[in-house]
Amino acid sequence: MQNTFPRLLLDHAQRRPDAPAMREKEYGIWQTTSWAAMAKLVEAIACGLHQAGLQRGEHMVVIGANRPRLYATMLAAQSIGAIPVPLYQDAVGAECVFPINNADIRFAVVEDQEQVDKMLEIRDRCPQLSHVYYDDPRGLRKYDEPGLGALEELVAAGLAYAKIHPELFREQVDMAQPDDVAAMFFTSGTTGNPKGVVHTHNTLIDRAAVGTRFDKLTEKDEVLAYLPPAWIGQNIFSYAQWLVAGYVVNCPESGATVTIDLKEVGPTYYFAPPRVFEGLLTTVMIRMEDAGALKRKMFHSFMDVARRVGPDKLDGKPVGLVDSVLYALGNIFVYGPLRNNLGMSRVRVAYTAGEAIGPDLFSFYRSIGINLKQLYGSTETAVFVCLQPDHEARADTVGVPCEGVEIKLSETGEILVKSPGLLKEYYKNPAATAEVLTADGWYHTSDAGFIDASGHLKIIDRVKDVGRIKGGAFDNAMFAPKYVENKLKFFSYIKEAVAYGDQREKVCVMVNIDMEAVGNWAERRNLPYAGYTDLAQKPEVYELIRDCMEKVNADLSRDELLAGSQISRFLVLHKELDADDGELTRTNKVRRGFIADKYKVLIDALYGGKTEQYIETQVKFEDGRTGSVSATLKVGDAKTFAPVKAAA
Amino acid sequence: MTKKIGDVILDVQNISLRFGGVKALTDISFNVKEHEVRAIIGPNGAGKSSMLNCINGVYTPQEGSISFRGQTFKHMNSRQVAEMGIARTFQNLALFKGMSVIDNIMTGRNLRIKSNLFLQALRIGPAQREEEEHREYVEQIIDFLEIQAFRKTPVGQLPYGLQKRVDLGRALAMEPKVLLLDEPMAGMNMEEKQDMSRFILDVNDEFGTTIVLIEHDMGVVMDISDRVVVLDYGKKIGDGTPEEVRSNEEVISAYLGTSH
Repeated sequence: MQNTFPRLLLDHAQRRPDAPAMREKEYGIWQTTSWAAMAKLVEAIACGLHQAGLQRGEHMVVIGANRPRLYATMLAAQSIGAIPVPLYQDAVGAECVFPINNADIRFAVVEDQEQVDKMLEIRDRCPQLSHVYYDDPRGLRKYDEPGLGALEELVAAGLAYAKIHPELFREQVDMAQPDDVAAMFFTSGTTGNPKGVVHTHNTLIDRAAVGTRFDKLTEKDEVLAYLPPAWIGQNIFSYAQWLVAGYVVNCPESGATVTIDLKEVGPTYYFAPPRVFEGLLTTVMIRMEDAGALKRKMFHSFMDVARRVGPDKLDGKPVGLVDSVLYALGNIFVYGPLRNNLGMSRVRVAYTAGEAIGPDLFSFYRSIGINLKQLYGSTETAVFVCLQPDHEARADTVGVPCEGVEIKLSETGEILVKSPGLLKEYYKNPAATAEVLTADGWYHTSDAGFIDASGHLKIIDRVKDVGRIKGGAFDNAMFAPKYVENKLKFFSYIKEAVAYGDQREKVCVMVNIDMEAVGNWAERRNLPYAGYTDLAQKPEVYELIRDCMEKVNADLSRDELLAGSQISRFLVLHKELDADDGELTRTNKVRRGFIADKYKVLIDALYGGKTEQYIETQVKFEDGRTGSVSATLKVGDAKTFAPVKAAA
Repeated sequence: MTKKIGDVILDVQNISLRFGGVKALTDISFNVKEHEVRAIIGPNGAGKSSMLNCINGVYTPQEGSISFRGQTFKHMNSRQVAEMGIARTFQNLALFKGMSVIDNIMTGRNLRIKSNLFLQALRIGPAQREEEEHREYVEQIIDFLEIQAFRKTPVGQLPYGLQKRVDLGRALAMEPKVLLLDEPMAGMNMEEKQDMSRFILDVNDEFGTTIVLIEHDMGVVMDISDRVVVLDYGKKIGDGTPEEVRSNEEVISAYLGTSH
């Protein structure tokens, strides 16, 4: 196989010039770019960038949604030895300043007016940024800033230059070595500046090839590229694996049309974070509730069959004859049309990653015959560390170590990874590099986990969040707050959960109920309520939540390692946790420490054995006004179970 | 970012319009230059929509005349006006609620369809080719207005802000020289107003379309228009750049002076 991205491109262009490389929906029609046309475009942009002064080894930012011409631009940069740095298209101008200055970036190729405005806005803070090219000229006609130009003009200049220097492109492509840096991805640090993760052609191509072999991806596969190209996952799926496997990448018309485009394309290889799968399922369920009685009845009875039979069928386990027939009927009447409606009729392999996925959600997709699996990886590992084989998909693990990967656990329970896909370094940040990449070649993931009996990796939590119970029945047991919180959040009634227990004798939890789900539940029971605070304190709701807690406890007790994380006491908060009040991060993760400080009286009530506690809290409304919410909160007790020793 | 404003394209001379004894407009004169964004403002009942209706050929003024690209006319019906290149949108949307977005915008191509009804009904020969050409133009508008996700959605199901956009799309489908917008931002929230302002400026920018708009939101008017006419009780009380209008005493007392 070819060992750099530009060589892979030229190889496809030579072997199968007329095969489609990318499609983009424009003006309502899918427009195809063949491999030959793609190679031509890349050559033109490469020559254009070269004559404009982009040097080998220099970094260049690319900002925009999934557009064939932006992917061509990344290839063009790599062709002349420059390093594309994709940045998130929805980042605000100020967030782009650090990466651009950190990598001394002079060249930017961006999608449209929105991105151009961003670049012009930060120009005074990035004086070296001298060349900005845009793909879509709309609204930019009247701009006459120095150094601003259309990608179209760059292509024209490149073509003219290539006429005079026909050998340049080839020579430049031939100069590249597999160990050269291919791309840099900035990871959003939760604290401090983002770090540039440096990857070579080698690391990316190696991992892309492993993934391709693992799922037997071929030139015939189809992918829909709809997540930000600055995220390494999208970059692997619609760039590295695109070039390695040679499949077709389809770019949706716009963010709003993704579901429509999904149906039209019918991808065979699909990736989505859990929240996308959840959103799709909710839409289906809402539409089903609105359907006629017969359809509804049919849907529910066949979904019962699917839940019982579907996962086993996908796992290749034997299924009884009656069930087989029922499932086949269900496939005709329900699952098939449903898959079609979700745009997943042709999905052969679907992955989810990034967060824990609820078991019900996970098995829903598997039960209707969609081969949904999990994987584990990060920007630093070029994604593929663990993958679930086709017949071993499970909701609570992230798969087995894939080809070339070695995994071991440190004394603190941290997962350490050795793989040919590890980052070269953090750009200009040897201290951070040394922290995660030790001299013996192990990468420290900062995730805590373990390998279970079947050889699957199971992620528990971030290492820094894992604590110990002190005193009480479970003295010195491991406490993994996020693991507990996730288990609770899988219940549709619980929207947010915050668990405490490190250095304490028991685990206590504060939750937010899901207003929609619990509100609905209350209505069906003729339970009157006046808003969130009132509903949250209903004794019936407490019973409902207690039930969730005890189910989680029963589940945890079966886990030798985590039996000590069982929940003893809980309360339902009087207000919804909100990023505007600083309780959640902007990406909606709970800020445990902050919440503990803010609601100290509640923590004291939980651990002090009180049965209720009065609290008054300031809240910030969306329009900037402030108000206060007060309530007397009840504290509930949950039953814990004695740990069950595993048979093995 | 300077744009080129051309010669006078639309000249309104001494227009007076009466409904029985009610004087809707009294001796109004103003002009619109090519490629500019011209706003007509005024309190409720000032005669703004009546003014647009006169230009549009819906009303025939008792006195005065209107010149469009050098041609002076007194009596015009709306079809003739449309054929001359003047399109409009409506304050209270007049879309076909049961039809899809594409079909609604396609109706704006009506005047440009050459083949006869028979050929169109059968979709044969030139009619099909023609339809494809028109569809292509409609697609450009859909792309321009960023409503790709709603191509096939019946307009009645769309939120109000999007319906307004479809209304604008249908007017654009006529490829007008002058676009009359009657309160394009009425009833919109801040974000929708910003979007609409951007679309109006982009239309003005990309297609060079001259724009005459009626708008109540002073912030929007002052931001996007090149010149402003102020009406009050059917009379013109001010005319000039936003700055000039803002400092005009009569205007302040009639309109801007009231606090919002």
